[in-house]
Amino acid sequence: MFASRGAGPVIAGLAAVAAFAILLETAISVGLIGGFVVAPPTAIAAALPKFFAEEAVGRAFLLTFGSTFAAAALAALIGIPVGYALYRCQLLGRAYENWIGAMFSAPLILLYPMFLVVFGRTPAVCIAMGFLVGIIPVILKTREGLLAARPVLIDVARSFGASEREILRKVLLPAARPPIFTGLRLCLIYAMINVVGIEFLANLGGLGFLVGEMFDRYDIPAMYAALICLILTSALFYTLTGRAERWLGAR
Amino acid sequence: MALTVSGVSKTFAASDGGSVHALDDVSLEVREGEFVSIIGPSGCGKSTLFQIIGGLLTADRGDVQVNGRALNGAPRDIGMVFQEESTFPWRTVLDNVAFPLELAGLGKGEREDKARHFIRLVGLDGFERKFPDELSGGMRQRTAIARTLAFQPSILLMDEPFASLDEQTRILLGDKILQIWRELKQTTLLITHNITEAVQLSDRVAVMTYRPGRIKRVIEIDLPRPRSSEIIASAEFGRYVGLLWQDLREEATRGMADSERKAG
Repeated sequence: MFASRGAGPVIAGLAAVAAFAILLETAISVGLIGGFVVAPPTAIAAALPKFFAEEAVGRAFLLTFGSTFAAAALAALIGIPVGYALYRCQLLGRAYENWIGAMFSAPLILLYPMFLVVFGRTPAVCIAMGFLVGIIPVILKTREGLLAARPVLIDVARSFGASEREILRKVLLPAARPPIFTGLRLCLIYAMINVVGIEFLANLGGLGFLVGEMFDRYDIPAMYAALICLILTSALFYTLTGRAERWLGAR
Repeated sequence: MALTVSGVSKTFAASDGGSVHALDDVSLEVREGEFVSIIGPSGCGKSTLFQIIGGLLTADRGDVQVNGRALNGAPRDIGMVFQEESTFPWRTVLDNVAFPLELAGLGKGEREDKARHFIRLVGLDGFERKFPDELSGGMRQRTAIARTLAFQPSILLMDEPFASLDEQTRILLGDKILQIWRELKQTTLLITHNITEAVQLSDRVAVMTYRPGRIKRVIEIDLPRPRSSEIIASAEFGRYVGLLWQDLREEATRGMADSERKAG
């Protein structure tokens, strides 16, 4: 029996991770998976103290976290108003929706040399690349959420004499909150992929650089330790957006 | 006169390139404190008339006057209750009911006090902190009514507020509406297609024709007040239902034939 309703999913999640680690360990030890490619979980665990002691993991985490957060914040700040504009101007919305969607599947990360020229070897390259890909789901999901708001709710507000600004703040944005947050989660995921990718490709520091560095040294357990740090960073973003959504919902 | 509708007409462009003449020269007057229902078959333009009176739609011809003043946009004098589920799902019952007071700029304490008063009036005390998805359909509609009453309009305009509810709940909520109407002496205009509901609640019932919507006849419901749903069992109630059905039957038949022709 779990101590509380809140602890249940966390314990279940940790149990699943533990079960996966045991399965992986067994598969590697019986030779089903090559230990040179995938490090056994026990080896990763053993490598963690040395990895944290010798590498500047804290600084790398802050760099990756900060760049991703800045890229996503910028994407939200610009993407939500753009999504609203495309909702208000239906013609533009219909005209640009497919183009913006198509950009999502374009390998924008390949543009990174140009960004290196513009911004130099600074975190601004990661932020710009993260922003570029992160803004797309924010725009699309904001427009989608606003379009899905039930017209009767707008009529209710209008019948009480609400201004357009009040309708936006008190009806449209709360009604569109779930899709907007889906867009923000996608934005964080894709921004982080780009940030880590650029850190890896251009040796710009951060967790992406650490993964590459460990691979270059052929320290496979430490490389997986760096990857685990990345997954934990991603999980942290997921938790933070969930809390932000609940906080906004409670207001 | 609390509400005067004079010669209102409305035509819409149809999807097939033609046009739909929804309302034609509709005129109606509602006196202060009166409960009037407009009844008509589906597609007769009742909801169009509701939107025009509420200021959400403009008439092609004619005008609407509220307390002697011509309508210009959504007026503060008219509170609308919509047919569709219209509570804000992200707000509690209390916050839903306080919504118009929030727009009016009232402080949190004052608007919550007022909202609680109207929540009590519709019999939802104890549910202030519940969200709409935790309530039944009838309770959600009562929340919407309380929200509109909190707006303190001089005219309450309702468009088939109980259309999605079962007959028994609808009759019981009719009792609740009668009780509120007695307490607030609220001028009320109800749009409905339900004959029983119209007779149970109204002082007068205006019957509309099928497309284009016109006022065919206005029938005075001379049943004693205060009323409750028990009146449904009386012979006099049955006589009014029969009278209204005589007028509506022809219109509803035309409406059905038109729908079948379009489907065929």
